[in-house]
Amino acid sequence: MVTRRNVVHGAIFLITALLATAGIFLQLRAEFLFIVQIILYVGGIMVLFVFVIMLVNLDVALQQIQFARKKWVALLVALALAAQVGLMFWSSGKMPGQGLPVLTAAAAASLPPNSETVAHSLFESYLLPFEIASILLLVAMIGAVVMAKKRT
Amino acid sequence: MELRAVSKAISSFKGKTALSIDTKNDHKTLLGADELVINMGPQHPSTHGVLRVKLKLDGERVIGSECIIGYLHRGVEKIAENRTYQQFAPYVDRMDYVAAVSSGLGYCEAVEKLLVTEAPPRARVIRTILTELQRIASHLLWLGTHALDIGALTPLFYCFREREEILKIFEKYCGARLTTHAFRIGGLQYEAYDTFEKDVERFCKDFESRIVEYETLLTENRIWIGRTKGVGILTAADAVAFGVTGPVLRASGVKWDIRKAAPYAAYDQYKFEIPVGTTGDTYDRYLVRMEEMRQSRLICLQAIENIPAGPIMAKVGKVLKPPPGEVYHAIEAPKGEIGYYIVSDGTVMPYRVHIRPPSFINLQAFDRMVRGHLVADVVAIIGTIDIVLGEVDR
Amino acid sequence: MQATMEFLKLYWAPLLCGVAVVAILPLVAGYIVLVERKLMADMQARLGPMRVGPHGLLQPIADAVKLLIKEDIIPDNADKMVFWLAPVLSVGAALLSLAGLAIGPAFQIAQDINIGILFVVGISAMGIFGIVLGGWASNSHYSLMGALRSSAQLVSYETAAGMALVSALLFTGTLNIKSIVEVQSQEGIWFVMLAPVAFFTYLVASIAETNRAPFDLPEAESELVAGYMTEFSGFRWSLYFLAEYTNMIVVASVATTLFLGGWLRPFAGVPWLNFLDFVPTLLVVAVAAYCLVRAPKQPTRVQQFFMLAVAGLCFVVGLVLVAPVVLPIAKPFYAGIHGGFWFIFKVSLYIYFFMWLRFTIPRYRFDQLMRLGWHFLIPLSIINVLLIGVALIAGSYFNLHGWGLLLVTTPAAVITLVAALLILVAEKERDAGQDPNAASDFYAG
Repeated sequence: MVTRRNVVHGAIFLITALLATAGIFLQLRAEFLFIVQIILYVGGIMVLFVFVIMLVNLDVALQQIQFARKKWVALLVALALAAQVGLMFWSSGKMPGQGLPVLTAAAAASLPPNSETVAHSLFESYLLPFEIASILLLVAMIGAVVMAKKRT
Repeated sequence: MELRAVSKAISSFKGKTALSIDTKNDHKTLLGADELVINMGPQHPSTHGVLRVKLKLDGERVIGSECIIGYLHRGVEKIAENRTYQQFAPYVDRMDYVAAVSSGLGYCEAVEKLLVTEAPPRARVIRTILTELQRIASHLLWLGTHALDIGALTPLFYCFREREEILKIFEKYCGARLTTHAFRIGGLQYEAYDTFEKDVERFCKDFESRIVEYETLLTENRIWIGRTKGVGILTAADAVAFGVTGPVLRASGVKWDIRKAAPYAAYDQYKFEIPVGTTGDTYDRYLVRMEEMRQSRLICLQAIENIPAGPIMAKVGKVLKPPPGEVYHAIEAPKGEIGYYIVSDGTVMPYRVHIRPPSFINLQAFDRMVRGHLVADVVAIIGTIDIVLGEVDR
Repeated sequence: MQATMEFLKLYWAPLLCGVAVVAILPLVAGYIVLVERKLMADMQARLGPMRVGPHGLLQPIADAVKLLIKEDIIPDNADKMVFWLAPVLSVGAALLSLAGLAIGPAFQIAQDINIGILFVVGISAMGIFGIVLGGWASNSHYSLMGALRSSAQLVSYETAAGMALVSALLFTGTLNIKSIVEVQSQEGIWFVMLAPVAFFTYLVASIAETNRAPFDLPEAESELVAGYMTEFSGFRWSLYFLAEYTNMIVVASVATTLFLGGWLRPFAGVPWLNFLDFVPTLLVVAVAAYCLVRAPKQPTRVQQFFMLAVAGLCFVVGLVLVAPVVLPIAKPFYAGIHGGFWFIFKVSLYIYFFMWLRFTIPRYRFDQLMRLGWHFLIPLSIINVLLIGVALIAGSYFNLHGWGLLLVTTPAAVITLVAALLILVAEKERDAGQDPNAASDFYAG
């Protein structure tokens, strides 16, 4: 739920949310995902977000009253969603077989190092999707360069 | 180019004059974005004095500029009408405060022309030596500050180390380092002090290796070349049309130096070259000034070998009343042609003194040189014209 | 409460180390600034700070006190929260990335992270936000432009730096810092020999990453855009400054770990070169001897006394350094003490090179800077990764190890340099054809 008017403040709080997600990854002993989340999301995508915010003049948008009246509806929906998710977690503890599967933390030493696991699966089992994804990214980059080039 | 070629270039110039910032004819920008007018205010680390520059930008490119001067105007020319000829001499030092000796030389020779006298040979030679030392000092200051603007932090200190030696010589000679008032109308007041020749010779002998030091740091440096080559190009035709003089003109390819074209003081006795550039960009102006420092050093070495004996002051009398008339006398100051137009009405005070400052005229070409370049080049171009605001505003 | 006590019992050592580092680092950064000023002065034929304390040694303290007692000016319409947050983000990212580094086999705050190098690089990339938000919060058009330029530069050179690091990581197969140095110890060769082009690329990219000359256009005062730090004064500015010098230390440490052998002595595995173990002691004792010689020549009593004190201190340090080599009781401390010395020595050399470059060459214009990053360094580093990969495969096919790997990596480096030359030639031709400095079309009207 977005509570701040100021877009830059919103971006800062989004950064905080992404860092928190990375923290959750770290707590689940997925350190590679933690650092990749920070490098890509926070260090890459959010930097671009912030760039665009600063290059675009947003004063006009700030003046308009956009969603003030719908604030309470949003709060209600968010609470309903939270209640539903909470119910799922609660029921998975109380009634086995219903709700989410119970996750037990594996012993620390038995987990293989996260980076190696990701690397193995990416380059052995999922090599083709990996290559296709990189070609997709390449196409996107070329498209962006072509679109941004000056028409001379 | 000789005089004839110069005048032909002036008469055949069909270009436009510099326009000031004009929002009515809005330039078609690349992205359709708004143009931006920004102000490099009078207080700025790199405008070499109180110069205000308004830049019209399209993104990062300069599409127009306007220099607003006058922040250092002190009414020097009006003051001249209320001072006697000798009383006015210290004022000319304060215009180009970086090269006071050459401004003083121009003024003294102009008044001597009015009085139809000449300084004695010994005075002329000592004047030449001091003026050439001043040329080296002025170019050293230019080099240090220009390099600093572009980001090279070290040449500044090396240049000031050499300039210190020259200023020591000045101090020993006339007691002052910066606003020297070294010459008098009719010759010199002070005799060359005892170790004058030895000091100058020692400085000149050391100086060659120092120039090599500066060149090692800058001339072949890829970043320096990248920042200065192709930046601020002024074609020969433009330079002549704007009336630009000095190293800026010579770097554009016009071989014009008043020391050779209309020799004054003792310049006709010495052999020296006039360095000329080819493209008229910042790099060429840098090379021309470096070579000029070398040539000045050679002139000094030739001069001190044979300073003629004799009087140092012509017989001009204590009260100077030049016969009514007018004179325009120009010399080659380090920054260009400094000209003195003096009208005398027969009294002890001049009727009118007008000074043609090289920096003021050279600054006109700034707009021509800066259009199409990036903002980061603006500072380099201001530096390369080598302006002193005291001279621009008088 | 119980959980906190258990946590503290397990992790008290790293916590203490962390607190110590955060407490001492401002002092260290201040003295690095003093070293820079003295070096700058030396290269510029002058003396540098001499007044505050003997030979200017108390200058950083004086500067710190001045900055702390300065009035805290916030621009009128500035966003107060972001204005406060921006320097904190910069410093936080810089200090946090220090946690992943290992000065010796025993000194590591965040011990044995599996993703060591990636952690350091990733967290220091977060410092970009401090710059962008600082420029925005200053409510000044020029600061914002400077901040955006600076962050564009940082983002561009991060890619090149990352690829250069990857080239070196190909030799190790792991991101763990201790393992990287161990592999260099096992192979007996530092990665700078095996991947010199990668080292050079990382060197240039790291200069751009830390906003140092010749890439310091966003900070330069002589340019029109005065930079993101303009509106910050007093302590906030010193936080930015601290962040910049901490970034320098981080970047130097990463380069030292990956390329220069971390805490290893040169030729660490070669037994007949063990006399090199005395080099640290000799260096320090030489400094002590120099101070002793210069002491009588000092003009004042205070400075004489001070030189003698420095000589004594260096002598003591020399004794500490020689103890693990000669005394059998102190042998177990060899790795820690000498490792720490060699690491700090290499980091200092790297930082000295940074400073040397700053005083020698002018700065790049922004478009030249970006062109260097995108058109030259990134293709170069990608080609380098490719060729080193090929070289490694060839090496494992022929079962080459250690110095033998040079046989395959040198051709790879040569081919990369040829490719670099070709890129430069192509750029020059494109420049000659285009003439980006043509002013003629802008003068119409």
